[in-house]
Amino acid sequence: MKQIVVISGKGGTGKSVLTASFATLAKNKVMVDCDVDAADLHLLLHPVIKERHQFRSGKKAVIDRKLCTGCGSCIAVCRFDAVSGGFAIDPISCEGCVLCSHICPTGAITMEENLAGEYFVSNTKYGPFVHAKLGIAEDNSGKLVAKIRQVAKEIAERDKLDYVIIDGPPGIGCPVIASLSGVDCAVVVTEPTLSGLHDAKRVIEVAGHFKVPVKLVVNKYDLNEEMTGAIENFCGDNGVTVIGKIGFDKAVVESMVAGKTIVEYCDGGIKEEIVNIWGKVAV
Amino acid sequence: MIISVASGKGGTGKTTIAVNLALSLRNVQLLDCDVEEPNAHIFLKPEIKETFSAFIPIPEVDSEKCNTCGKCREVCAYHAIAVIPSNGETKGSVLVFPHLCHGCGACSLLCPQKAIKEVHKEIGIVEIGTAKGIQFVHGKLNVGEVMSPPLIRQVEDRIDPTKTVIIDAPPGTSCPVIAAVKKSDYCILVTEPTPFGLNDLVLAVEVLRKIRIPFGVVINRSDIGDDKVDKYCQGNKIPILLRIPFDKGIALLYSRGIPLVQEKVEYKDKFRKLFDCINKLSVLKAK
Repeated sequence: MKQIVVISGKGGTGKSVLTASFATLAKNKVMVDCDVDAADLHLLLHPVIKERHQFRSGKKAVIDRKLCTGCGSCIAVCRFDAVSGGFAIDPISCEGCVLCSHICPTGAITMEENLAGEYFVSNTKYGPFVHAKLGIAEDNSGKLVAKIRQVAKEIAERDKLDYVIIDGPPGIGCPVIASLSGVDCAVVVTEPTLSGLHDAKRVIEVAGHFKVPVKLVVNKYDLNEEMTGAIENFCGDNGVTVIGKIGFDKAVVESMVAGKTIVEYCDGGIKEEIVNIWGKVAV
Repeated sequence: MIISVASGKGGTGKTTIAVNLALSLRNVQLLDCDVEEPNAHIFLKPEIKETFSAFIPIPEVDSEKCNTCGKCREVCAYHAIAVIPSNGETKGSVLVFPHLCHGCGACSLLCPQKAIKEVHKEIGIVEIGTAKGIQFVHGKLNVGEVMSPPLIRQVEDRIDPTKTVIIDAPPGTSCPVIAAVKKSDYCILVTEPTPFGLNDLVLAVEVLRKIRIPFGVVINRSDIGDDKVDKYCQGNKIPILLRIPFDKGIALLYSRGIPLVQEKVEYKDKFRKLFDCINKLSVLKAK
């Protein structure tokens, strides 16, 4: 079983469009959407939810007003500015460190378990799909990513599937690292812009840091072929294989509006290119 | 006035809006708080005058004073500390996992032996400079670091309240976004008229309503996709502040790191109007 993650550094370069195409092309796989705070893959895969689970993670402090004497010890020790002058906890700022509950001399602060989101195991016409919804303004996205990856891996092992295909989040921080750790291959999707190159460099460095092999795809490569050349040069100098270049095509947005994956929506150049790319990812 | 520029979905044009708005106004400070993938400097090419390391406090255990009682491990909510107890022959020890540490200070404050002091761990850098009359600040997370909110807060410590402050926020809807937009008086949500754009806009709207920051929407590449973002905004009484149609010329400028208003000067006026519009909306809100 191989785990493959699609990441980009920069947002909006086409991760979910490419991942959804892999869903139609790969056989025997489970799909995972690890962009848990702005998940989009479900808009193309149309899951029917089979299992729904609460994701509890971390704790939040709560002050019992009857016991609170207003001494201010909690305000003095809290490093997250989560206690207001009126001795109420701001649950969005509270990082659940528990320090205030230990410090409070009257025992007025207790910690309550935090519902950080939900995750789902679904059926799609492409096979099983594990996805999640982080609660509004919640933290713990990295832990939710780790959870749904574990669920997907268990499905893959149980059903003897060949691939776990992961749609990753943008950036290089906590949820990206959680999406990336321990995978067999990272497909970096970028675009031929200075920002795209800058961000791809950083995310390739992160993959290198975690010893994950990288393959790169340039999306909308013909919007600036000179920049595409610069990206290819960078990859050549750094031992990263460029496995495909996808041309700009209005059909991509049309397919999204139609709620279909691009390889199902259209024939021709762009479809062939993505089929080729999957062939190079799957080896 | 502090204006943040955010979006649920990545790649919708946050940096374009933040940079070009900054270039269209006077007495501006721009803070790039997308510390995982900062891009504003690509367009503004600032002359960096100061560079600081950004630190978080992590524990360091004095093995002489430590009696491996385990209190630090017990109070650490993030499982960032492990204690190997003494087995009679060898002395026990305490292991710290810096990547899990949130820097809350619980272990050092609650250690009965006073054996833990806090030391600085670098998580990134903050750079300050100027570009085309704009005061520029950005943060850059070190590769391999997990936690961006402390760095974002250290970028925002540089806010100059005498200026119009524009904050370029990271994509998404979780803690880094909250850290970036929390201090703002108004938030511009940038989206595109596609199902992905709408799905992530709705999530971003929920976040801003929860943290009570007024907001409006900019629709980028406004003539692609469908009209569902428009309908959503109308149905939810969300002001649409600006529409920018798809234009290969704009995409090409972006790809080369050239600010839109530098080549298409007519956009300066549009960005000034956008700013006036936000001012008026804020005054209405205050009344």
